[in-house]
Amino acid sequence: MTSEIQTISPAIQTKPKSGSSTFSRVFRYFLLRLITLFVTVVIGVYLTILIANMGGHVDNIMRSEIREFINAQVTANPANRDLLPEKRKEIAEKLIAAKEKQLGLNTPFAIRSFRYLTNALSLKLGRSLIMTSDNGSKTVRLIILERLPATLLLMGSSNLFLFFASLFWALTLSRNYGSFWDKLVIALSPTSAAPPWFYGIFFILIFAAAFRILPFGGMVDAPPPDDTIGYSLSVLEHLILPASALIFSSLFISIYNWRTFFLIYSSEDYVELAKAKGLTARDIERGYILRPTLPTIITNFALLVIGLWTGAIFTETVFLWPGLGRTLFQAIGFFDTPVIVGSTIIYAYLLAITVLLLDFVYALVDPRVKAGGGN
Amino acid sequence: MNAIKKSFREILQYPSAIAGLVVVVLFIAVAVYAMIAIPYNEAITLWRSGEDVWYRNPKYASPAWFNLFSRKKLPESFAVNTMDGGMEKTVVPGDQDTSTISVNYKFNYSYDSFPQELLLYFDSTFVEKQPFVSILMIAPDGREIRIADFGVDAKQTYRFSQDEKLARRLKNTDAIIGIFADPAGDTASPVPLKGEYQLALTGVTFEKDAKLEVEFVMHGQVYGLAGTDHARRDLVVPLLWGAPVALAFGLIASLGTSVLTMIIAAVGAWYGNWVDELIQRITEVNLVLPFFAILIMIGTLYSRSIWVILGSTILLNIFTGAIKGYRAIFLQIKESPYIEAAHAYGATNLRIVFVYLIPRMIPLLIPGLVSSVPTFVFLEATLAVVGLGDPVLPTWGKIIEDANSNGALYKGYYYWILEPSALLMVTGLGFAMLGFALDRIFNPRLRGV
Repeated sequence: MTSEIQTISPAIQTKPKSGSSTFSRVFRYFLLRLITLFVTVVIGVYLTILIANMGGHVDNIMRSEIREFINAQVTANPANRDLLPEKRKEIAEKLIAAKEKQLGLNTPFAIRSFRYLTNALSLKLGRSLIMTSDNGSKTVRLIILERLPATLLLMGSSNLFLFFASLFWALTLSRNYGSFWDKLVIALSPTSAAPPWFYGIFFILIFAAAFRILPFGGMVDAPPPDDTIGYSLSVLEHLILPASALIFSSLFISIYNWRTFFLIYSSEDYVELAKAKGLTARDIERGYILRPTLPTIITNFALLVIGLWTGAIFTETVFLWPGLGRTLFQAIGFFDTPVIVGSTIIYAYLLAITVLLLDFVYALVDPRVKAGGGN
Repeated sequence: MNAIKKSFREILQYPSAIAGLVVVVLFIAVAVYAMIAIPYNEAITLWRSGEDVWYRNPKYASPAWFNLFSRKKLPESFAVNTMDGGMEKTVVPGDQDTSTISVNYKFNYSYDSFPQELLLYFDSTFVEKQPFVSILMIAPDGREIRIADFGVDAKQTYRFSQDEKLARRLKNTDAIIGIFADPAGDTASPVPLKGEYQLALTGVTFEKDAKLEVEFVMHGQVYGLAGTDHARRDLVVPLLWGAPVALAFGLIASLGTSVLTMIIAAVGAWYGNWVDELIQRITEVNLVLPFFAILIMIGTLYSRSIWVILGSTILLNIFTGAIKGYRAIFLQIKESPYIEAAHAYGATNLRIVFVYLIPRMIPLLIPGLVSSVPTFVFLEATLAVVGLGDPVLPTWGKIIEDANSNGALYKGYYYWILEPSALLMVTGLGFAMLGFALDRIFNPRLRGV
C-alpha cells in the first residue's frame, strides 16, 4: 500500500536563483505547474474528443439528425406540397448538404477534431438533444454549470472532512500503536474496497427506509423552504447521507495508510534524537513527523480525491443528488451525446483544477519548493 | 518451491488472511459450480426470458427461508399440472363422443397472509366445439365457492384476481382475499382461514379426440432460495452466475493492469531518457482523464459488452499513480551489481527487462494484484447500476440495478438488494483481507508495523 505513496508532481525542476524571495519561487513553481497542467488538459480533452468520435459516431448522430430535421421541414412546407416526390427529395438533399457544410461536417476529421477541441476548451459544448436546464435552455454549458454547485458542495464538504478526520485519527493511532482502536481500523480497512454508492445503498436502507430519520435522496425538501436558514438546514439534512457514504468508503483505508506512514517515519534517527533531547510528544509530532510527511500525504490525498471525483457520478445517482454526476446519468438514459461528451470534458477540467489546487498546497508545505532547492 | 511454502506458512499466521483465503477459495468453487450447473447459454436464455419461462413464479417474492425467522408465515408458491400427474385427472366417457373430466387438487394452506394470485392454464385440443369447464373451490370449513364457468380456447389462462364477477359474488374487492378470508374474521383486516383447500374442476369435452390439460399455479409471497424479481425470475440464476462473471472481470482486469503497468514501468526505468519522459507525461494526462465518465461514454456510444468495458478499463488503468511507485523501485534495482554484471556479459535490453528486472518485482506485485481485484469486481457492479452493464449476462450489479430502478428500497423489497450486495461485500472483503495480509508479508517496510 505505502509503496504507492509517491509524488504525483514531477520533481521540482526550477533552478534556485539566490536572492529571490520565497513568494516568487512559489509563484514560479505554481506558474510552471499551471502551464504543464494546461497542456495536459488540452491533450486530455483532445483524447476525450477522439474517443467520443472514434469511427465517426458523433458525426453520424449529427448527420442523421440533420437529415431527419430537414426531411420533416421539406415535407411540412406547404410550398412543396404540389411537387413530385423526386423533386422534393432533391430539394431536401440540397438543404442537407448545405447544412452539413455550415456545420463543417464535410471537412476531414483531422481538421474537424481541432475545431471540436477549441470549442470544448472554450466551453462551447453545443446544444443538447433532449435535456434542458431548469430555465428551459438547451445549451449544454448551462445545463452543466447549473448542476456544478451541488457537486462542489457534496465533494468539497466530504473531502475536507475526510482529509482532516483521517489526518487526526492517523496521528492518534500512530501514537497508540497496537491499541484496540488501532487494531479495529486495521480490521476495517479492507471495507474500503467497496465504492461510496455501495455504502450509500446501505445507509439509505438503514437511516431512510428502516429508521426514517433522514431523507432518501434529493437535495432539499419538496417544496423547498422559503427562508435561507430553513433552506440551508434542509440541504444539510440531505447532505448527511451522501457525504457519509463518500467519507465512509475511504476513511479507514486512508487512516490505515497514513498511520503506517507515520509509524515508519517515527522510527527515523532524527525523531529518536528529538526524543532524546526531551522534546514533548506534541512538538515531535508536529515538527518531526508531520512536517516531512505532509507533502507525500497531500499527493496521496490528491490521488484519492481524483478517484472520488468521478466516482461521485454513482453516489449522486443513488442519492438523486442533482449534481453533475446525476446529469451524466440522466444523459445516458436519454442517449444525449452532447451532454455526455460535455460532462466528460467538464470532469477533465475539474480533475485538472483539483490537481492544481493540491499542487498549490503542496508548494506551500514542501520546503524544497520554498527553498527553491530540489534536485 | 520453498519460498512459496514459506510465504504460505506466513499467511497462516494472519487470521484475517485465512478468512480471506477461505472466502476466495469458496468464491472460486461457487463460480466453477455455477458454470457446470447452469451452462453459459442456458444461463443467458433463462435470464433473458420473460413470462413464458417464469410464469409459475410470483413477482417480488422474498426467499422462502424468510418464514423460518418470521412469526407471520407467508404463503409459498406451487404449480401442479395434469400432464405429469401432479394433479389427479379422471376422464369418464359419456354419450355422443362427450366425456366428463374431473380434476381435483387438495392443498394445505396454513399461512398468515394471502397469495398474490391463483391461475389456471388450460391447454385443450378440439376441432369445432370448445370444451366447457366449471371451477369450484372448497374451503376448509366445507363452503363451496363457485369460481367460474366458461368455454375453453386452445390455450387459455384464467386469473382468479382478474375475474370481476367472482369478486362481486364474493362481496370483496379482491377475489383472492374473498376466497381465502376467514368468514368469521374481521372484514376490515381479513385473515386467511387455515386448513385444507380443494380445487374441484369439472370439464366436458364434446368431440371424440378432444383433450383438456390443466395447470394450477399459486403465486405465493415467498419463493425458493433467493426470491424473485419484477420479471418473476428466480434470483438464484443471476446470483450464481454473478460469481464467474465477477471473478473473470476482477481477475483479468487486475492481472492485466498490474502486469502491463509493471512492464511499462520497467521499460521506462531501464531505457530512461525520452521513453521515461513519455511514460511520465502519459501518466499525467491519464490522471486528468475522467475514468468513469469515459467508460460511460464508451458504454453509451460503442458497446456495453463486458469485454469491451474490460479492455477499456485495463487501458485506462495502466498509467496510474502505481506506475510511479514501480518506477522508483525499478530505478533502485537498476543500480544493483547483478544488473551491471548482466549488462557486462552482453545481455540484450529486452532480456534484462524481462528476465532480470521484472521477476524481482513479483513479490511486490502479488499483494497489489490481489487487493485490486475487489476494485474491479465493484467496478462492474457500479457500471451495471447506472444501466451500463452487459446486456446479456446476468451479474450481481444487474440485480442491484433492477432492484434500484424498481424502487426496491422504497417498497421494502430489501432481499432484492441485500443478496447481491452481501455477495459483493463478502467477495470484496475476502480479496481485500488476503491482499492486506500479503502486503504485510511481502512488503518489508511494513514488517512489524
